[in-house]
Amino acid sequence: MNSPKTLFSKIWDEHVIADLGDGLALLHVDRHLLHDLNAMKSLKELRERGYAVRNPELTAATPDHGLSTQPGRTDLSNPAHTDLLKGLRSETSASGIRLYDINQAGHGIVHVMAPELGLTQPGCLVVCGDSHTCTHGGIGALGFGLGRSEVIHVLATQTLYQKKPRQMRIRFEGVPSRGVTPKDLILHLIGTIGVAGGNGHAVEFAGSTIRAMPVEGRLTICNLAVELGAKIGMIAPDKTTFEYVAGRPLAPRGPEWDLAVDYWKTLSTDADAAFDREVEIDATNVAPQVTWGTSPQDVIAIDGRVPDPATVTDPDRRKAIAAALDYMGLTPQQPIAGTPIDWVFIGSCTNGRLTDLRAAASVAKDRKVAKDVRAWVVPGSQNVKTAAEAEGLDRIFVDAGFEWREPGCSMCLAANNETIPRGQRSVSTTNRNFEGRQGPGARTHLASPAMAAAAAIAGCITDIRELQI
Amino acid sequence: MQKFTVHTGVAAPLLRPNVNTDVLVRIERMIHVPRGQLGPHCFEAWRYRPDGSEDPEFVLNRPPYRKATILIAGDNFGCGSSREPAVWALSEMGYRCVIAPSFGDIFFNNCFQTGMLPIVLPASVVSELATEAECDLADASASKQFTIDLVNQVIVTSEGRRVSFKIDGAKRRALLEGLEEIQMTLTLAAEIAHFQENDAKRRPWIYRF
Ligand code: SF4
Repeated sequence: MNSPKTLFSKIWDEHVIADLGDGLALLHVDRHLLHDLNAMKSLKELRERGYAVRNPELTAATPDHGLSTQPGRTDLSNPAHTDLLKGLRSETSASGIRLYDINQAGHGIVHVMAPELGLTQPGCLVVCGDSHTCTHGGIGALGFGLGRSEVIHVLATQTLYQKKPRQMRIRFEGVPSRGVTPKDLILHLIGTIGVAGGNGHAVEFAGSTIRAMPVEGRLTICNLAVELGAKIGMIAPDKTTFEYVAGRPLAPRGPEWDLAVDYWKTLSTDADAAFDREVEIDATNVAPQVTWGTSPQDVIAIDGRVPDPATVTDPDRRKAIAAALDYMGLTPQQPIAGTPIDWVFIGSCTNGRLTDLRAAASVAKDRKVAKDVRAWVVPGSQNVKTAAEAEGLDRIFVDAGFEWREPGCSMCLAANNETIPRGQRSVSTTNRNFEGRQGPGARTHLASPAMAAAAAIAGCITDIRELQI
Repeated sequence: MQKFTVHTGVAAPLLRPNVNTDVLVRIERMIHVPRGQLGPHCFEAWRYRPDGSEDPEFVLNRPPYRKATILIAGDNFGCGSSREPAVWALSEMGYRCVIAPSFGDIFFNNCFQTGMLPIVLPASVVSELATEAECDLADASASKQFTIDLVNQVIVTSEGRRVSFKIDGAKRRALLEGLEEIQMTLTLAAEIAHFQENDAKRRPWIYRF
């Protein structure tokens, strides 16, 4: 009998080409994703250093980060991005790397389009020069982000040196109450164990709440693993996953589909496998969440109050809270609900999928965006956009006064001329409320799509449960 | 890659936890400013006021720390985005080594690619080192010099205190020798090809694309 293994170890072991001691391994990369911010420069540097792409057929690219998402956009809509786009096209074509270009089916935010196309699959090792590559763990892939040098190493060798991380299992148990979404569960978790809680770990999300969750919600959960400090987050593939993957354009077909599913069924943690750390979260006790500060761990329930640094004993923490409140323009002890807002941003690789847009649209339906609030809906991919339009979601948003835009990262990172102005306050469905993330001086409150839509309607941070009735 | 063997320089304390890579270098700088010119953009939001002038209050702007090369940092340093230019910016600002209780995992890996040495030590030790690095903030000559010796894996403070640390074998060797990783890996080309050949029998769908 083999010793019991975790989901993570099973996939890791499958990819080890050479063991270098000290826990360091040379791993095979099954899927390498490139995007507009790293493709041109990495491929150029690769060439200049005298190397070629080893496996272009295992590599795919799409522009997302720097795009304008303005309706009717062209290559020139964000002039600062035009060269990167051109470079992306010429370099990928020279290396024989497939490109999902703007306004084509399949194009989108890399972590939205890849699972959607079946480009990433259960059990595969996927990397990308982007920290939210942990998202692909939602379909049972082992995904993590790389820096530029590692990207070039993968291009040249289709491999990567990695040290085997410690392992943590986080179980969510029970049925969440009304108005509570996967985003709320994961924000609550980050608030509970902190943004460094997962450092050095690969995290497996498990438990009855996760088993009952559709794949798109699982992708949201895994997307925020890196905000726990864990560069890997994953969920064992199951029947829900197989149904999601089946029939996608790049999913295995015919006899290979059966072979793949037989293998994927072995990818769950064995009963007695050991973890370095285990955490359990009672999902029935979680309320809708919203952040108040400048780190995803600065999060409270929507009916909570902003913390008071004066009551905190740890001096570093006290200083950090005071600095965050100052940046956010909030007063200690104020109830977070009722805080007036200027912007709402619905989209990103966290919450830019069809179910997210449906949730937001169900709140927006037959209501109006508050005066003086600007609200954007940015689909995560071209396919999400097309599907949403086929259901009439775009009409619901537009009728309510939201702007319906083209797919891309947009105001999630504000590297595309799309920013929240200094001092203004936004409720965003993204994953980072860092200082300046949505633009210098911008104030970001992270929340679920339904909570973001509710805030747009009410003009202030609002308890979705009071609006839904 | 730049080698790292033994380095002596000014140590600066910045114990604020969770310093993220957006703070180390803003996204639009990383896109539009070439490598080699990122130094002035490191810690931009904290180093400068909205009008672009330097903020004299920010600790790394204080006279003794302007020439610092060793950063003594808080928990979870370099969390957030995977951008390697965060390490470049820090390195171009002059830093060669960061000492912290913990690092963002991707940032930690990125450091080794740029010849930046990230040292993990218990929080209590880090805060003792930070206290030792503190000095009269107005006096440029008051700064404290530390020596970081990767050969013997020891930090020697200005007061002569020795603190040992540990860096994994392969990573330490690469830094000491300034090794080119791709070259190293390509010596394993036959193993990689062999792996793919076998793997394509086990998991044919991975290669069907
Ligand atoms: S949507 Fe945001 S978090 Fe996701 S890849 Fe784009 S910039 Fe990164």
